[in-house]
Amino acid sequence: MEATSQIDEGLKNELKTQGIFVISMGELYNWGRRNSLWPLQFGLACCAIEMIAAAASRYDLARFGGEVFRPSPRQADLMIVAGTVTKKMAPQVVRLYNQMPDPKYVIAMGACAISGGPFKQGYNVLKGIDRYIPVDVHIPGCPPKPEALLHAFMELQKKIDGQKLSGPGRAEHLDPARPGEFPVPAFGAHDLEPPANPELFRPPVMERK
Amino acid sequence: MMETLEEIKARTEAAVQGARITLIANTSPSGQRSLLIDNEHAVAVAEFLRDDPQLRLDYCSNVTGVDWLDRVVKTKVKVKKMVNEVEKEVEEPREESLPGYLEAVYHLYSIAHKHGPVIIRLRTADRAGNVHLPSLTSVYRSAEFQEREIFDLYGIHFDGHPDLRRILMWDEFVDFPMRKDYREPDDYEYEPTPHDEVSEKAREHRASLQ
Repeated sequence: MEATSQIDEGLKNELKTQGIFVISMGELYNWGRRNSLWPLQFGLACCAIEMIAAAASRYDLARFGGEVFRPSPRQADLMIVAGTVTKKMAPQVVRLYNQMPDPKYVIAMGACAISGGPFKQGYNVLKGIDRYIPVDVHIPGCPPKPEALLHAFMELQKKIDGQKLSGPGRAEHLDPARPGEFPVPAFGAHDLEPPANPELFRPPVMERK
Repeated sequence: MMETLEEIKARTEAAVQGARITLIANTSPSGQRSLLIDNEHAVAVAEFLRDDPQLRLDYCSNVTGVDWLDRVVKTKVKVKKMVNEVEKEVEEPREESLPGYLEAVYHLYSIAHKHGPVIIRLRTADRAGNVHLPSLTSVYRSAEFQEREIFDLYGIHFDGHPDLRRILMWDEFVDFPMRKDYREPDDYEYEPTPHDEVSEKAREHRASLQ
């Protein structure tokens, strides 16, 4: 199952004009996966309102196959972290992520989910959900418009389209060495413990005086 | 029109035996003055304010915590001194340190008479050990969660509160984040756009790693 077809592009186009589609198994598999993303139905703050708008008739997330919001993590493969993640809520978000079956993806929606946003220095605000779980697409904005969420969906679909299913460089969820779940932070005396997952979160070094 | 705070103070002190009420001035543009009530009679005073037919302050809209740090007040005192064998009056600077305290501020309104607010304050003895105040939840049910929030963020213990637990922070948390001497955890490893205080803290964080 190779994600990219071995067949000559010119021949493929020629066959297409005759009404014959030739694609590899991997392409077909990824085509199916990317057009049927089931988001986990939960919102944390005002970004959730924009997420709801994106799912409703005007912006119509169903055009991208993402309209089936599921209230159970067992039935979802996309987590849209929509809103401020408080330190008190962070362990629950990580636990929900762990309960989702592979392959699973995360969209961090809005300034708060990607960095803490306007509440970054707050005593109870997590400085970005990427401290504990791997994020596939970050959307800036406060809150991002529904169009931005649709854009994130398209970016995620591009990513899924390009994922290889076998051999070296295959998709992360097919790598047996990858951890099946990520440690849930504990409530400490002063902060979450640990304050970030050191194997996941490597902040870029900021060279400033 | 609601009666003045002076009249409320006089009537309350007459109605509640032994209540000590102090009028707190406010020099800010709002000029919103308040009544400081002693802790022993706070519940009785609140009950009077709620039930008195003229006031009927039946609605507690807001409860706030305030942290007042220890402070030093500098004053000049005239002292008689012998200067060159002649007695003279000399001004000497004197420093007086006042202990800090925590306050709970209640905003009371009357739905029945459509007036308010009357602002009452309760004050703890100090900031460290003796941080107990009487709970007014028995008088105003709406104070329950707000007193819990003050307990959570300022560490004031409300005696007589039915369910005094942390409400925003988790139970294992030990600090009081809204106190002025709160030190947040050192997690300034990634600050894309640091400025002012944050820039300073990020620099301190980098220095602590070296």
